[in-house]
Amino acid sequence: MRVPLINSPALIRAIQTVAVAAVFLLMVGATDSNSRYTTLNHQLMCTCSCAELLGECNHVGCPMSGQELDELHKDIVSGSTDQQILTLFATRYGATVLAAPTMHGFDLVAWIAPVAVFAAALLGTILLIRRWRESTSPTTAPFPPSNETLRDQIRRDTGGYGGY
Amino acid sequence: MAAFGSLSLVIALSLAAYNLLAGALALRLIATGQLARVSAERMADTARRAGIACFVAVSAAVFALVWSVFTNDFSITYILEHSNRALPGPYKFSAMWSGQEGSLLLWAWLLATYGFVLRLTHKTDVKLYAYAGTILAGVQVFFLLVLNFAAPPFALFRGTVSEDGNGLNPLLQYPEMVIHPPMLYLGYVGFAVPFSFALGALMMRYPGEKWIRITRIWTMVTWMFLTAGIFLGMHWAYAVLGWGGYWGWDPVENASFMPWLTGTAFLHSVMMQEKKGMMKSWNVWLIFATFLLTLLGTLLTRAGLVSSVHAFAQSSIGTWFVVFMGIVLAVCIFTYVLQRSHLRSAHHLESLVSRESSFLFNNLVLLTACFVILWGTLFPVLSEFVTGSKVTVGAPFYNRVAVPIGLFLLLLTGAGPLLPWRATSFKSIQRNFVVPILVLWAAFIVCIAVGVSPWKNGAFDSGNFYALVAFALSAAVLAAILSEFFRGAAVISRQTGRSLLSAVYLLTSRNTRRYGGYVIHIGVVIIVVGLAGSAFNRNVESEMALHDKISIGPYTLVCVGATQDSNANYNSEFALLDVYKDGHKQFQLSPEKRVYLATEQPQTMVAIHSAPSWDLYVVYEGTNPNTNQPIIKAFLNPLVGWIWVGVAIIIFGTIVALAPGLSPAHSLRTSARTAPAEAALGGQIP
Repeated sequence: MRVPLINSPALIRAIQTVAVAAVFLLMVGATDSNSRYTTLNHQLMCTCSCAELLGECNHVGCPMSGQELDELHKDIVSGSTDQQILTLFATRYGATVLAAPTMHGFDLVAWIAPVAVFAAALLGTILLIRRWRESTSPTTAPFPPSNETLRDQIRRDTGGYGGY
Repeated sequence: MAAFGSLSLVIALSLAAYNLLAGALALRLIATGQLARVSAERMADTARRAGIACFVAVSAAVFALVWSVFTNDFSITYILEHSNRALPGPYKFSAMWSGQEGSLLLWAWLLATYGFVLRLTHKTDVKLYAYAGTILAGVQVFFLLVLNFAAPPFALFRGTVSEDGNGLNPLLQYPEMVIHPPMLYLGYVGFAVPFSFALGALMMRYPGEKWIRITRIWTMVTWMFLTAGIFLGMHWAYAVLGWGGYWGWDPVENASFMPWLTGTAFLHSVMMQEKKGMMKSWNVWLIFATFLLTLLGTLLTRAGLVSSVHAFAQSSIGTWFVVFMGIVLAVCIFTYVLQRSHLRSAHHLESLVSRESSFLFNNLVLLTACFVILWGTLFPVLSEFVTGSKVTVGAPFYNRVAVPIGLFLLLLTGAGPLLPWRATSFKSIQRNFVVPILVLWAAFIVCIAVGVSPWKNGAFDSGNFYALVAFALSAAVLAAILSEFFRGAAVISRQTGRSLLSAVYLLTSRNTRRYGGYVIHIGVVIIVVGLAGSAFNRNVESEMALHDKISIGPYTLVCVGATQDSNANYNSEFALLDVYKDGHKQFQLSPEKRVYLATEQPQTMVAIHSAPSWDLYVVYEGTNPNTNQPIIKAFLNPLVGWIWVGVAIIIFGTIVALAPGLSPAHSLRTSARTAPAEAALGGQIP
């Protein structure tokens, strides 16, 4: 007889253990220093039309990247927050200097749409599976429970046209 | 030669149009049983022969263009703008697809070549192939119309003919550029064939599932070319653009990736139709969407709809493509609505945790990824339309949105094959998943122990975090796939006394499709490992006088010279750098900067030393005008080489999956010779 997976205490315990261990391991090595300069120069574009991130523009004599990097350095030293710096750059060079849409106004749609589509598709898939399951009548086990291993194996190894 | 080329294109258009009209009329007569003066079967055969002749005519046009490039016929505008006398021979071939008209001719030629193969093999299923050939002729007519009226490759230059041409874009003067575009186009164009089969089968209400097997083989071949094309493009970007990366989420890169995602989804979901008769409508629409996305990709590349660094060949043929895409979509919808009853199927699932569900989730993730990329690519246009101002949707957006989706897909890559069809018991889960989960945790701990932590300079770094997850998941998925091989091979080995390696060979030969698929998954895992390494890239930049040193990772680079060279095609400056490791000289690198004479454009030639652990990637950025010293930027890019290894494994796996498996009779004979017991058990059952 099958044990319902979702209600299996062993499975729940295993998931809890994994979650706690993951949080613990991810905390290893955490400190409070920062590297805002590198992070920020990878959130801005070079405006010389090279279509590269500011931190990755590699043109010798690029008329823009040096100036932009200097400004970024000064803005960090002046104590501006990340958001203030990004806003300052957008004011100076236009919205296209930001390497990704902001979290305000219409830009927010850029971030919401993928999540919304994924959530809707996930929900749709789960509902579809439930509907398909409901339309399936329970089948009689062709093997006694003791042969479950063999049955699983046969299921995997048979199947008409191959595939996996 | 220009007149010959133009005439060939006009003849090709006439033949394709005849193929389309006569083919459609013949199929209509056959379907309705009407009698005509000429028998419908004979008319269909003349249409097929016209399609074959169309291939000859388009090939003649291609020959005319190549001949004109090699004979420096600058009276043809296209040759004048994309070639010059000093251009080396292999790049004269590249000139064919470096511009708008040439690349559309390449599209038409590859389509004609696919059509030629399809029409020659029509005896597989005469009626289905007649439908597919006629639909393919419709696509061919569109491209030949564009070539004849909107973007003629043999247009003559008005005015005095120049002595020399303007030359080829320097970015295209690299060995991969001779092969990357044709490979990518083989992928793009190839999807027209499964599309034609799917649409044809739907139109004729094809009985049974044979069409889906024919379509699957064409899709796999096409998918393999597209995969190779995409990764060749990545390698070209890595070796030529000089920024140390290989994928910039550029709109044109994205355009090639989208049909790859939907094509991959189709190759998975089609198994549900073959085995369970499910998802018929879904599969048909996946193929329709894939073909439409290849057209969208060509539109993005050619029409300049979105700004891109791939501005080699932009023009105003966008309207043609938009209209054609509209027609294709309308035909698809109309046919589907008319014939949807033919696709009705009963859907049954026993369990949420089963192979069937894993395919559904696989499709969900692949299509969400496709949507995210399409959305990111078109959002600047949408934003400009709504707010009046353009925004940039660059790497940070995709890294934040697409990478988690990719990791979920990686998880399914490992988990899916471990789930049995129909339903999974807890015991089965325990048996199949214990090893991968243990490996996952072991890899996680090892990664943290060797310094792969989600913290960079004290702050949480999403790139490092994703890399950590990717490494651990990759190890688990690899363990899962290898355990599948091991389980099957161990049984054969036990029963027959064969070595494990020989047992793996027999196992794979018996079910090439299944184990070829596993090999492809191994390739995907290896690629993910290579991609994850990019989180730990580092670089150093310095002006280097003679004997100056820079250090990066275990290497010390010493400048031993900087010099210049020139030939008929370009002038170059390069530095000579001796590379030391642990105090011993290992090798010499000579990064280079070229300035091409015809175009007067500069080009970086990166020097790369590949090792299994990392690439030492050195760029000659130019000289400081004040000191006249070379400026060198060196990158240490961990694990990059594994990306290219992974691609080779994917190609190998695809070839294995395409190969016919040992027939049961042959398999039994083989087994009977070695072990009767194994033959009786069918190979794998313990």
